[in-house]
Amino acid sequence: MSIDLKTIKHISKLSRISVDEKRAEKLADDLNSIFEFIEKLNELKTDDVKPLTSIAETTLKFRSDEIKSKNIREQIIKNSPEDNEDYFVVPKVIE
Amino acid sequence: MSDITKQSLTELVENIKSKKLSSTDVTKAFIQRSERSSELNAYITDDFTSALDKAKKFDQNPNLDLKLPGIPMAVKDLFCTKNVKTTAGSKILNNFVPTYESTVTENIWNEGAILLGKLNCDEFAMGSSNETSHFGNVQNPIDKNLVPGGSSGGSASAVAGQLTPITIGTDTGGSIRQPASFTGIVGLKPTYGSCSRYGIVAFASSLDQAGPMAQNVKDCALLQEVISTYDSKDSTSINFKRNHYSKELTKNIKGKKIGIPKEYRVDGMPKEIEDLWQKGIQYVKDCGAETIDISLPHTSYALPTYYIVAPAEASSNLARYDGVKYGYRAKGENLIDMYEKTRSEGFGAEVQRRIMIGTYVLSSGYYDAYYLKAQKVRKLIKNDFDEAYKKVDAILTPSTPSSAFKIGEKTNDPVSMYLNDIFTVPVNLAGLPGISIPAGHDTKGYPLGLQIIGKAFDEQNILNIAFAMEEKINFKNKITDWWLK
Repeated sequence: MSIDLKTIKHISKLSRISVDEKRAEKLADDLNSIFEFIEKLNELKTDDVKPLTSIAETTLKFRSDEIKSKNIREQIIKNSPEDNEDYFVVPKVIE
Repeated sequence: MSDITKQSLTELVENIKSKKLSSTDVTKAFIQRSERSSELNAYITDDFTSALDKAKKFDQNPNLDLKLPGIPMAVKDLFCTKNVKTTAGSKILNNFVPTYESTVTENIWNEGAILLGKLNCDEFAMGSSNETSHFGNVQNPIDKNLVPGGSSGGSASAVAGQLTPITIGTDTGGSIRQPASFTGIVGLKPTYGSCSRYGIVAFASSLDQAGPMAQNVKDCALLQEVISTYDSKDSTSINFKRNHYSKELTKNIKGKKIGIPKEYRVDGMPKEIEDLWQKGIQYVKDCGAETIDISLPHTSYALPTYYIVAPAEASSNLARYDGVKYGYRAKGENLIDMYEKTRSEGFGAEVQRRIMIGTYVLSSGYYDAYYLKAQKVRKLIKNDFDEAYKKVDAILTPSTPSSAFKIGEKTNDPVSMYLNDIFTVPVNLAGLPGISIPAGHDTKGYPLGLQIIGKAFDEQNILNIAFAMEEKINFKNKITDWWLK
């Protein structure tokens, strides 16, 4: 298998990371060498193996749906790159 | 006392409790040494002024019943600290000031310790040499231009260089144990679910664990006792009976069965690592334990499995960095353009590479071939350990396949960098505890570590084995203070 530039462009789109031509070529090289290494898993037959989905083997606990943090609006907004009153500001979405 | 920074945590605690030293004396000493150690680049952010104030306040009304009374401590910059900048080594968080505290650090401050500052690490803990940090690489106190390992490289450098008496790191695939091994210190990766992940910047949620990095096993046990608590704020935190690790620490390991896995004898492993391992086997025998040859047949599949599971989880965890709610934002022509530029400019090369791998293995049409396959192999790897633990109480292996390497030596070859974690990654995949202890030096005089892997929740047992071995090994770290100004 080989990851071509078109695939890199596709993954970069899905990842929301813009990549220029030069970096795309380097990424293709890197990813190909990494996937070559990953392909080793195909040596194993795993049809009858149940996937490990949780290492802790505990069931998630339910908790009551209570508000514990009150009046933290200011704290939440504090780290935003751009805000206005109580809102996060983003580039215009709807014309 | 001029040699304050040379003292172990246990000695410092005793000296503060017996009032031979004040918290201010100790805090001042570590601040002064840290200030003279800028060449190590171990800190990203210092909190020295505030630390000294806290120490003075502690001394006015000292509570000497606490486990870490007035002890100054720097921590990895992956732990959120309230009102103190937390960057995760990334440009995308270079102005992030948490409004909350991680559970693990809160436990530490509740026992009387004082924050000295935040320690350098690979960006989002993705790296094995601390070279992916946005804030520059860290020097290993052992030698100039030598990597301290990663991702907890700043933490390892700060403990080995005596900038902090002890610290905490995080370990997703070896990020505590490998740098501990490279710098001649002790590092424990606890059982998954033992220490809360709440407030730790997430990398791969099914693998991440916080743990202590210390000068010796006893110090390590004491800090583990403090940080390991059940926490309802982490849905994978496990409520089990935790030991008083430091109090119950014993060198009596007579009759313990220690497994020696043949698959860890990898191709191209330097002879000095093999020799060290043999020495380790002799040490445990000298302590009265029995060694048994075992097999962990899927060992060679652990790294490829890890490089699917960890990036997949990372790509999902790091989706939150979108330049909207916190962190770095780039200007964009529209919302999507803003996202794409923010993430392209805010993340470094290794993080981008891993997000892309993760996105690819989770993408439509590839999920079964990669992610599902990896989860199945992960099960086989865990089964190997389950099988082995029917016969043995713990497993002894080398910590790393080599000693520390030079800065820049492996940066252009991701796969050779990843191979550093070959002996540590299986432990994370199986959710087990593992400890690295310094066990010798290579021909260049660089430290080498041995790893003891335990059963789940059996931290006490591997700490005991490490404690017994430590006495036999009698390791002396060769620190020359070459960097001091």
